[in-house]
Amino acid sequence: MIPRRLDPILLMVAVLALWQGLELIAGPEVVASPAVTIVHAIALVQKSGFWQDAAETGLAFALASVISIAGGLLLGLWLGLHRFAGDVADPILGSLYSIPKITLYPLILLIFGLGMSAKVAFGVIHGVLPIAIFSMNAVRGVPPIHLKTARMLRMSKLSIAITILAPAALPEIVAGIRVGVALTLLGTLIGELFAATTGIGFALIRATDVHDVADILALTLMLFLFAASINSLLHFGERRMRHER
Amino acid sequence: MSANSGKIALRGVTKVFAAGNGHGAVEALGPVDIDIAGGEFFSVVGPSGCGKSTLLDIIAGLSSPTTGEADFDGKPLAGGVPEGVGAVFQQDASFFWLNVWDNVAFGLRRKGVDAAEIRRRVSYALSFMGLTEFASAYPAQLSGGMRQRVCIARTFVLKPRLLLLDEPFGALDQQTRLVMGDELLRVWREIGATVILITHSLEEAAMLSDRVAVMSARPGRFIDFVVTRWPRSRDSRIIADERFGGITARLWGSLREESLKSLGNIGGAAMLDEPR
Repeated sequence: MIPRRLDPILLMVAVLALWQGLELIAGPEVVASPAVTIVHAIALVQKSGFWQDAAETGLAFALASVISIAGGLLLGLWLGLHRFAGDVADPILGSLYSIPKITLYPLILLIFGLGMSAKVAFGVIHGVLPIAIFSMNAVRGVPPIHLKTARMLRMSKLSIAITILAPAALPEIVAGIRVGVALTLLGTLIGELFAATTGIGFALIRATDVHDVADILALTLMLFLFAASINSLLHFGERRMRHER
Repeated sequence: MSANSGKIALRGVTKVFAAGNGHGAVEALGPVDIDIAGGEFFSVVGPSGCGKSTLLDIIAGLSSPTTGEADFDGKPLAGGVPEGVGAVFQQDASFFWLNVWDNVAFGLRRKGVDAAEIRRRVSYALSFMGLTEFASAYPAQLSGGMRQRVCIARTFVLKPRLLLLDEPFGALDQQTRLVMGDELLRVWREIGATVILITHSLEEAAMLSDRVAVMSARPGRFIDFVVTRWPRSRDSRIIADERFGGITARLWGSLREESLKSLGNIGGAAMLDEPR
């Protein structure tokens, strides 16, 4: 048996091999090889223009994440605690979530115009719903036996909320934040791809326009690394909270 | 016996669940009359859905009777769980986010017991239940039997006068059930509480109890009482006692027809009765 710790490394080797294979089949004018991309990425991070774009995207992403998390938690926790409201909202949230958000983009542009607020808004409409849905289900999914135990201990509502509901729901809420934050990043970047004058998404479109393959792949690689680290971090936290082996 | 010995008195207790969602009103329980003495180990067996858990909810103060009176140590059980009542249920009620020590200490902390006393009682309970070496383990790392032990310990440290057990070993395998039965008897002797056990297992009821009540199909009423006369210092080895078979046979004799009724199989019962 191969130790499970080696899994990520094996996965990385496989991805690199596939990537290199793609370059061989499609040709360097379509896909830059891993080596070329990494060299280009190292050159890219030494330019100040890249960091201006990264700061711009980072700010939009951070704002959108904070709004998504705050809004999603407020909505989701409230719906989770109020059974009837939750029953009503459940299918509505589900259908809103399934709308391809891209169709709302013209509307967002008309409301917010070009620039930071449109990117943030587009990030938020992607992230807020999964966080709300996960949080609602997290609270509703707390086993009734825990609440019965609380009643047997004659606990107050506040004490139940703090010492039972919150810790019991937390791992699931973090899972929601993990999914929501990933989608917020997606939304923010899509915002930049379509209508922006700064940011990583805009840099990506600019590189596409001038057909700079190494630039495209270097930017994609860095976005991937950024998204994967956030995801791993939250996943790690979530697993710690579940106290599984 | 003092006034606070864990006595239960039920007089004409019934429970009717109001009509709703496509069903009419459901008569779940009673009328039930019973006196349970302080320190008694009392079990209830009955067919599925006969209202055993409803009865336990009423005695716990989690649910009010529709008619009749329910008293705990001479005071009416009205709206709310009284002080001094502990419960262990069939479902795993251990908190996955707390380790064994904190799970066991949970109730004591909520009741504001001082830290030194908590340490003393938790440490004693863990050693009593054989959990000491698992103090820092989390429930996900333990077997079902161990998790149920944690739940028993969590109630044990509160030193209840009345211990309510709703199928506490229902999810465990037969051998674990016997071992847990022994531990339950030790806990019962140690804290001197009244114990009311709801169980599906006639053997479990016969082995553990001072007295076993048999309930009818819904709405549940008591149709038989069997007094076991086991010594207080008993353990699971009494299943080898010659009287054990007689007790379980009597319980099944009272229960058989009710079980068939609750399965909606009265015709089938008649058929089974025909000689071949």
